[in-house]
Amino acid sequence: MKTAQHPEQAAEFVANDARAHWHDQALWFVREKRDRMAVSLPEWEQLRDTASQIKLHTVSRMADYLEEFERNATKLGAVVHWAKDAQEHNEIVLSLLKKIDAKRIVKSKSMLTEECHLNPFLEEQGIEVVDTDLGERIVQLRKEAPSHIVLPAIHIKKEEVSETFHEHLQTEAGNNDPNYLTEAARNHLREKFVAADAGITGVNFAIAETGGLVVCTNEGNADLGVSLPKLHIACMGIEKLVPKAADLSVFLRLLARSATGQPITTYSSHFHGPRPGGELHIILVDNGRSNLMGSSQFRNSLKCIRCGACMNTCPVYRRSGGHSYGTTVPGPIGSILAPSRDSKQHKSLPFACTLCGSCTDVCPVKIDLHHELLEWRGEIRKRGQLPISKTLPMKFTSWMMQSPWLFGVVGAIGRWCLRHFPRWAIYHGLNPWGKQREMPESPKQSFRELYQIHESKKASDE
Amino acid sequence: MSSRDQILNNIRNQIVASVDHPGLAGEWIRYDDRVEHYATVLAAVGGTAHVVDSAEQILAELNQVPAFAAAKKVVSLCGEVAGNVDFAQIDDPHKLEDVDFAILPAQFAVAENGAVWVDDADVKHRVIYFIPQHLSFIVPAPQDAADAIVDNMHQAYERLSFGQPRFGTFVSGPSKTADIEQSLVIGAHGARSLNVFFLRQ
Repeated sequence: MKTAQHPEQAAEFVANDARAHWHDQALWFVREKRDRMAVSLPEWEQLRDTASQIKLHTVSRMADYLEEFERNATKLGAVVHWAKDAQEHNEIVLSLLKKIDAKRIVKSKSMLTEECHLNPFLEEQGIEVVDTDLGERIVQLRKEAPSHIVLPAIHIKKEEVSETFHEHLQTEAGNNDPNYLTEAARNHLREKFVAADAGITGVNFAIAETGGLVVCTNEGNADLGVSLPKLHIACMGIEKLVPKAADLSVFLRLLARSATGQPITTYSSHFHGPRPGGELHIILVDNGRSNLMGSSQFRNSLKCIRCGACMNTCPVYRRSGGHSYGTTVPGPIGSILAPSRDSKQHKSLPFACTLCGSCTDVCPVKIDLHHELLEWRGEIRKRGQLPISKTLPMKFTSWMMQSPWLFGVVGAIGRWCLRHFPRWAIYHGLNPWGKQREMPESPKQSFRELYQIHESKKASDE
Repeated sequence: MSSRDQILNNIRNQIVASVDHPGLAGEWIRYDDRVEHYATVLAAVGGTAHVVDSAEQILAELNQVPAFAAAKKVVSLCGEVAGNVDFAQIDDPHKLEDVDFAILPAQFAVAENGAVWVDDADVKHRVIYFIPQHLSFIVPAPQDAADAIVDNMHQAYERLSFGQPRFGTFVSGPSKTADIEQSLVIGAHGARSLNVFFLRQ
């Protein structure tokens, strides 16, 4: 089966021009909020440096810190489980739910459980899983995947939310007021919270030194979800660790400012052990992460704290939508993480990038995103996964550019053609550069010619 | 081999250069007027700060809050304001589902982000921080409100310790969402309003 690649899926998205612009603007608005927050702190760059170093340090001692975390979490009364892949993770969750015969589950936002496809797995077992983050609930009711890791429903218009809620929550038809719609979701999800047999959350940070974990939300849905039922299952990728509680000062200052331009999330909850009479189970998931650790090129991507800032700023993401990436984590960071799992399937993602470097500039933990994307392009070529539409023109260009004479001749022909050919001979399917944009105005002289004229003029002036 | 050992072995087999922890010393931001900065940030995230000198003053301010005046079921864990629910007698947190208003103690506040720190050391059901329709915190301030406010998160963590089973959270403003077309809506799942009182003693 041929997997659809980014260009084809993005083509669907940009076919609706007005919507693509609307999406672009919505994300740029978030990017601007992030900028205002970043400049409000004179120490912003120092925070980024510190965060990056702490994460690199943690990765360099990952096994020790995982064991320390396990020891301390167990001491607090939590139960720690280890899952090497998605399948094992899902089975652990299922066995925990079966033990108490849990049928109704509330789950706060967790990209890890998306990555593991936990929902369909549990639903097949007859277990109801309700995503309680408003954005996630919207996409869940629409049977879609989140298109952004922080703003799961950023691609959906309020009119569409209204239609979805009218169908599932019996709201008034045509009432598109976000206040009204949020109120309807609040009342609907309150019923789910009160009826839940267990709560599942993701994890933003886990602390080796104390055995605790931190979950950040604006809505309070994670807290509400695990404060009523007795069973709390927390699912985390092993890269979520930080060594000490005090390290959180750095990360909590960066996370929400980078993500949504808030000074901090509304709730930053620190769970140390289960609540009295309850159970806390923590599942540590590898699912390919430990392999990434050994790669000096791509190890940096393990620093990611999933703020989504690289997506909000990415000119390609903003104009092609999260679903065009076909991965749980889209955008620049997703285009690095996905090929490390399966480079054949996701070979187009490192090319969904202009190498503008904006992602690297905003990343709160200083991942060299655009450098890694460039690295991936080379890696995909080495693995022989490039399509012929890319390799053949590259071979020709390389051959041509090795001869200054040939380069000059081809340039002259190209410039002449651009000036004299009719439109249909320039703008067609074989020239992707002319798709949805005008080719540059062709100058009469090449740079080399202009330079020669300039030099000879300078010589005659002297 | 267990998955645990497989994962740990796989990590230990990777060659990763050692990197030192950078330490957390820095010229982190401080504010000339922490009270004013706190109030500004809290207002920006949808909450309201008050500096008061007595229980009577808290009650007077609360009476200005329509949700408090209309509240039928009030939980108070602060001696300054009376509630009408016997919190200690409640055995199942689900019974708190219909609490309209809660007045709860908070330990200290953070100027840079409008948050207060609370924990469940003396709170039987931690859901009380999330389930009431409206929420108020009372933060004891020894002499001046500024004494109860730290400048930044680094100072905040210096005040915290995590040696035992416990839940604690930073709360910055009322519950909110912008998941529908980036329109900010206050009152997503948790509190619809948040008042923070600094009580000078």
